[in-house]
Amino acid sequence: MESLQYLSPTTQFVLFSALKILVVFGVVMTGVAYAVLVERKVSAWIQDRVGPNRTSPFFVDYIPVIGPFLVRLGIFQPMADGLKFMLKEDFTPSYVRKIYFWLAPAITVVPALMTVAVIPFGSTLGSEKMVIADLNVGILYTFGIVSLGVYGIVLAGYASNSKYPFLGGIRSSAQMISYEIAMGLSVVPIFLLTESLNLGDIVKYQADHGWMILKQPVAFVIFLIAAFAETNRLPFDLPESETELVGGYHTEYSSMKFALFFLGEYANMIASSAMMVTLFCGGWTLPGTLLSTPSSSLLVGLLHIGVFLSKMAVFMIVFIWVRWMLPRFRYDQLMDIGWRRFIPVALANILLTAVVVAL
Amino acid sequence: MSTKVVDRSPLTFYERTYLPAILGGLKVTAKHFADTVFKGKSVTMQYPEERWVVPEGYRGAPYLVKDQEGATKCVSCQLCEFVCPPKAIRITPPGAEGQPADRHNAEKMPKEFEINMLRCIFCGMCQEVCPEEAIFLQKDYSLTGESRSEMVFNKEKLLKLGGTHAGIQKWKHKLEEAETQETFPVQTR
Repeated sequence: MESLQYLSPTTQFVLFSALKILVVFGVVMTGVAYAVLVERKVSAWIQDRVGPNRTSPFFVDYIPVIGPFLVRLGIFQPMADGLKFMLKEDFTPSYVRKIYFWLAPAITVVPALMTVAVIPFGSTLGSEKMVIADLNVGILYTFGIVSLGVYGIVLAGYASNSKYPFLGGIRSSAQMISYEIAMGLSVVPIFLLTESLNLGDIVKYQADHGWMILKQPVAFVIFLIAAFAETNRLPFDLPESETELVGGYHTEYSSMKFALFFLGEYANMIASSAMMVTLFCGGWTLPGTLLSTPSSSLLVGLLHIGVFLSKMAVFMIVFIWVRWMLPRFRYDQLMDIGWRRFIPVALANILLTAVVVAL
Repeated sequence: MSTKVVDRSPLTFYERTYLPAILGGLKVTAKHFADTVFKGKSVTMQYPEERWVVPEGYRGAPYLVKDQEGATKCVSCQLCEFVCPPKAIRITPPGAEGQPADRHNAEKMPKEFEINMLRCIFCGMCQEVCPEEAIFLQKDYSLTGESRSEMVFNKEKLLKLGGTHAGIQKWKHKLEEAETQETFPVQTR
């Protein structure tokens, strides 16, 4: 640590940023892998099944007592899943538009991972702020990036040059664009209250004045539902809808390209959960304890990150849970809710908040 | 006529907010989740370790059986071969110079007896038609192999898998009957 002081501020910034990017990327990737496992396990339990409980790599024998238990929980399943995707044949059908076909998975994944950049996932570790990019327009950046995500799916639908992906692409463009408006409008009251677009400031405001979920429940509900639509999760998984569109936009994809779509979906879920935690549930703070203020101590800094991750995990489980509760919406119902319910309600919410703030 | 009039009254405002459906769904899924995790009420069976009880009369794989003395029951009459709808059975008879039967009251036994388990449709006609009660559909339902040739079961394998059938001992009584006729007057049992 001593030697770091002799480096120039720019070098320090680059060094720490690179380190943070690597760590966050690693955590998100692991998060995606284990979100898939949790999804499979929770789904199984809800459906009276057992779920993955067989994967046992050779070193399990050396783990005493808890080894078999971990196997039954399927802890090693993500490794097998990952390996499987590596080893599968990457098949490109002859009739696809090749450039776009190859481009689409990347365009889906990159924005999903980029949104994480502005999220303050902890207070400070040492003197370093626990956010990759402390932007003053953090939320605008997020919305800008998130809306790019739809292009990957639309492009996949177009490039596949076959019926079902095409229908999936059309649906997703309509769905994601309309829900983005509701999502964007729903968070405006938060900025009216906090007077800042910086996500760190929003967390700070919540630490001082109480969580946004209590102050803006309507905004939270709209944001939550719009998040379901934006991440293509049930009950809004119309672009994918296995039962009617085979696999939707990724029907023609296989192997690692399919895995990238999968990864993008889960990374989106993680990003939305992180956004909801930051905007509505106080970010890394835990009210009523020491943990509500930034601290220079390393332990408290780590605890803050832990609090943030646990809050995120709760939202992830809600995402998975809701999947088995509601049937898929019909296309017209979906648009009806988006345009004729959420947008007016969100607008009214902005107006009401504005009036209250002005008074 | 008992008709039931289904209530199709328009949804109330509360119902149109989807809230009752969502809450109901939450309740059901949470209950199933808790039942599976905490009470272990999963409905699945851990297959290779746990297996279901095969009911009586189940038509599994056809195997050859031995009689109570460990001798081959089949006399190579080839009725099963003829009746088999998918032609899964192939019998090679011993021929004039072949090995004689290894039990009493039989003139011959098959030199080779093959059942192609990939062709077999488990209809049970071979069992039905067999005059010697030498072939039975048993309880094996899980037949796997790594090659096609491995799935053609030969006589040795079929006899080993089939085991001894000590149920009906058709020829034992016939033999006793024949032996009693050696003496005079005939003693009936």
